[in-house]
Amino acid sequence: MSKFEFIETTIIDGVGFIELNRPEVLNAINRGMVSELVSTMKEFDRDDHVKVIVLTGKGRAFAAGADIDEMAQDSPIDLELLDQFAEWDQMLQVKKPVIGAVNGFALGGGFELALSCDMLFATETSQFGFPEVNLGVMPGAGGTQHLTKIMGKKKALEWLWTGEKMSADEAIHYGIVNRLIAPELLIEETMKFAKKVAKQPPLAVRLIKESVDKAVDYPLDEGMKFERKNFYLLFSSEDQTEGMNAFIEKRKPQFKGK
Amino acid sequence: MYETILYNVDQGVATITLNRPDSLNAFTKQLNDDVRKAVKQASGDSDVRCIVITGAGRAFCSGQDLKDVGESADFGEVLRNNYHPMVREIERCEKPVIAAVNGVAAGAGFSLALACDFRIASEKSSFIQAFIHIGLVPDAANLYYLPKLIGEAKTMELAVLGDKISAETAQQYGLLTKLVSSDNWEDEVNAFAGRLAAMPTKAIGLIKRSIKASWNITFDEYLEKEAYGQRIAGLTDDFEEGVQAFIDKRKPAFQGK
Repeated sequence: MSKFEFIETTIIDGVGFIELNRPEVLNAINRGMVSELVSTMKEFDRDDHVKVIVLTGKGRAFAAGADIDEMAQDSPIDLELLDQFAEWDQMLQVKKPVIGAVNGFALGGGFELALSCDMLFATETSQFGFPEVNLGVMPGAGGTQHLTKIMGKKKALEWLWTGEKMSADEAIHYGIVNRLIAPELLIEETMKFAKKVAKQPPLAVRLIKESVDKAVDYPLDEGMKFERKNFYLLFSSEDQTEGMNAFIEKRKPQFKGK
Repeated sequence: MYETILYNVDQGVATITLNRPDSLNAFTKQLNDDVRKAVKQASGDSDVRCIVITGAGRAFCSGQDLKDVGESADFGEVLRNNYHPMVREIERCEKPVIAAVNGVAAGAGFSLALACDFRIASEKSSFIQAFIHIGLVPDAANLYYLPKLIGEAKTMELAVLGDKISAETAQQYGLLTKLVSSDNWEDEVNAFAGRLAAMPTKAIGLIKRSIKASWNITFDEYLEKEAYGQRIAGLTDDFEEGVQAFIDKRKPAFQGK
């Protein structure tokens, strides 16, 4: 069904499934891929059939970095005028849960893409890293910010300065990934989890994501106020009435996402 | 392609022969690298379902070739650059790996035998933690494996006292799968390797994963790994063949898929 050149998409049981599809270059991210990815995510965000988005890479890697050839000759002014990251940043505006399934390498831009996901499942053999420093540059799509917010300054600097590859064990130790799964079962287990979340009341799931995202940046007092507003807001939903009635009547709730 | 080993694949068995007999197959960086590359090649070759590591001549492996590193060398870096990549490759390998210990296994040669899944030893073989005699400590993952295999008490004796033990003693300690007389050496090794090569290879790999993981994870984490393992095994052709052969009351013909 895919209408894209660089990705493949499908919808399975409420899960919007996106695969990066340049396996011959370990899914190196080029500008066309970012455009397709962002437009698909926005489309899934509006599509009632999609409750959760899963993102993975075809072949041996999740994504082994950005397409270097594409940007090697760019001047700062070219990059400013192109403003390529503006499109990338829209991924962070997606309101539905985005779960990354990292098979193999997530390096450079591929690691930034993984860090942009809400949750990450990976395999024992997955490897992560920011090799940009070895090319005389640095991450530019949120890598220094996301990694530091997750690992803390000291550990983040170690990886960003050396450009070395981080093992899956290290990634799970620092909370970069949620679970390590046998490589053969990565997609199956990620989809099981995604389908479980897809059955949860969508409005609650959505406002929980929004509140948790605020916790990363807001001072606690502001975050608490934000949370409370969302908590009150859910009391205007049909799902809240249904959920609480079902609890009192000791039956299973039927959520509608309204 | 290889300078210091012989690499041969026959009927599903890859045999890696350490081939520096004049120096009792002592490790040089080249030999470390050749073993690592050969294990990697065998791991990636779908025709290979069992790996045998053995030595040419009268020794299995006599450990580090002292001529290859100076006394002033940074031994930490020698390990990181030469030995650790080699033992990691063996540790990661999902196919059964047999050490066919034909003669002395000393120092890092002992470590190499420990990194393998099975040890078949000739009655002519012996094992020695030579490190202490020159004021060094066992390396190449030696003391990671040895206490798991024979317990802390015997590991302490071997590592600290540095006494050479015979193949019989090694067998009493539980280090060996099999002790073989030198007359039947090749036949016994071939028969054992052939047996493993005819088994459900994926299931063996999954068993290795579970055993190795069990040392480092909690009980609940282990149970989750076990569930992954059995799910994966249940998807293999060999499982289907095994069940069908059981129903048909015939011997299964596993393909390693």
